[in-house]
Amino acid sequence: MIEVRKLVKRFGLKTVLCGLDFQVQEGEFVALLGPNGAGKTTFLRILASLSRPSLGEIRIAGYALPAQAAAVRRRLGVVSHMPLLYGDLTAEENLRFFGRMYDVEHLDQRISEVLELVGLAARRRDLVRTFSRGMQQRLAIGRAVLHDPEVMLFDEPHTGLDQDACDMLDKVLRDVAARGRTVVMTSHDLARVEDLASRFDVLSRGVIAASASRQSLGKNNVLAFYRQALQEK
Amino acid sequence: MKSEKPLITHHSPLATRHSSLVSFLRAVGAIAWKDLAAELRSRELLSSMLVFALLVILIFNFALELDVKTRSTVTAGVLWVTFAFAGTLGLNRSMAVEKDCGCLDGLLLAPVDRSAIYFGKAISNLAFMFIVEAIVLPVYSVLYNANLFNLGLIGVILLGSVGYVAVGTLLASMAVQTRTRDVLLPILLFPVIIPVVIAAVKASSGFLQGLATSELMTWINLLIVYDVVFVAVAFMVFDYVVEE
Repeated sequence: MIEVRKLVKRFGLKTVLCGLDFQVQEGEFVALLGPNGAGKTTFLRILASLSRPSLGEIRIAGYALPAQAAAVRRRLGVVSHMPLLYGDLTAEENLRFFGRMYDVEHLDQRISEVLELVGLAARRRDLVRTFSRGMQQRLAIGRAVLHDPEVMLFDEPHTGLDQDACDMLDKVLRDVAARGRTVVMTSHDLARVEDLASRFDVLSRGVIAASASRQSLGKNNVLAFYRQALQEK
Repeated sequence: MKSEKPLITHHSPLATRHSSLVSFLRAVGAIAWKDLAAELRSRELLSSMLVFALLVILIFNFALELDVKTRSTVTAGVLWVTFAFAGTLGLNRSMAVEKDCGCLDGLLLAPVDRSAIYFGKAISNLAFMFIVEAIVLPVYSVLYNANLFNLGLIGVILLGSVGYVAVGTLLASMAVQTRTRDVLLPILLFPVIIPVVIAAVKASSGFLQGLATSELMTWINLLIVYDVVFVAVAFMVFDYVVEE
């Protein structure tokens, strides 16, 4: 579903991604781990077609980036640590706006479904600026799944959320994964992603330093795997 | 997953083009609607533009201390300086809203041609300009005791505003990516809008002095050409301006 070969990204003289290779199969939930400054967000922004690669090949759902960016974007749902929502619009108006941008069919029905999914049906007519950070993040997930994308990209979605909000977010993430979506999520919270992801990749110094499936690691071994990958690199 | 939906569906070229155009127009409409709906609630942008425009008019009124004869000759200049300054505030705020909440990324993630974002933002900016102009004109008429209800003048204001917003929306999209956006936009914008301001002031002044339209066609043509050129330029380069 996602295929990346020899990806290089430079900002001026600084090379952030140095020939990165990365593959994700359909329906996989990949947790992309790594220290601050490893290039996780840059990598996700390139996959989301928000940033152009300096070199390398990227294909998502069979479409090449950046040449077929619009076709890729139609198949992507993106959630970052910022909600990408308008505070002066209601929850429903935000979803209606993004639904029109994505040409979503039967929009009224779909908005109701998504608001139910993220547990905000009762607040559909409230302005987003009156929402807590956790509620905004749940609505952000609703925005990202509204057009029923095949691939979901999450960039540290738990940032700034309290425990209850994180638990609620995890519930939504599990639901997204259970519906067969291909998911790539960056995170610093190893304990949390351990229960969610089916595969763990460690990004360090611009390349994938290590990769392991949850099955091969067993339970409670992600932290040890992560530390070992960074040490070896 | 979702095997019932083919990834690629084949349409005839004409049908594909028609469907792309419909999607494009829908996206333009959605962005303009979103801006207007949000502004209707917050009134942040319009109120700041209006207060600023009225203050500029008041300051000119007291600073120039004009007699009736001189007043008629400076009206067009005062009006266009007011529109240009107030418009800069609106353009800056309109793009800053997108950047501050990260919503610009949300727009860029949509599967539409990115020029749809430009046209949507330009339409809402133009609507805000027109609202401010519609309020400023009668206020100016009262303060300066001048009759501004002239169809020719209104036509020039429409044409001038289109040119101003066409280039202003493009430059605001560039400036918003920088830390010094509030300062940068006027520095980038004012040199580029000099032709539109000169043409608009000359044509407006001519209409207010009762000259025939045929005598002002040079300036009106310049406004039309400016509008067409800058809308076309923005359409072609907007994708590169907003991309990282």
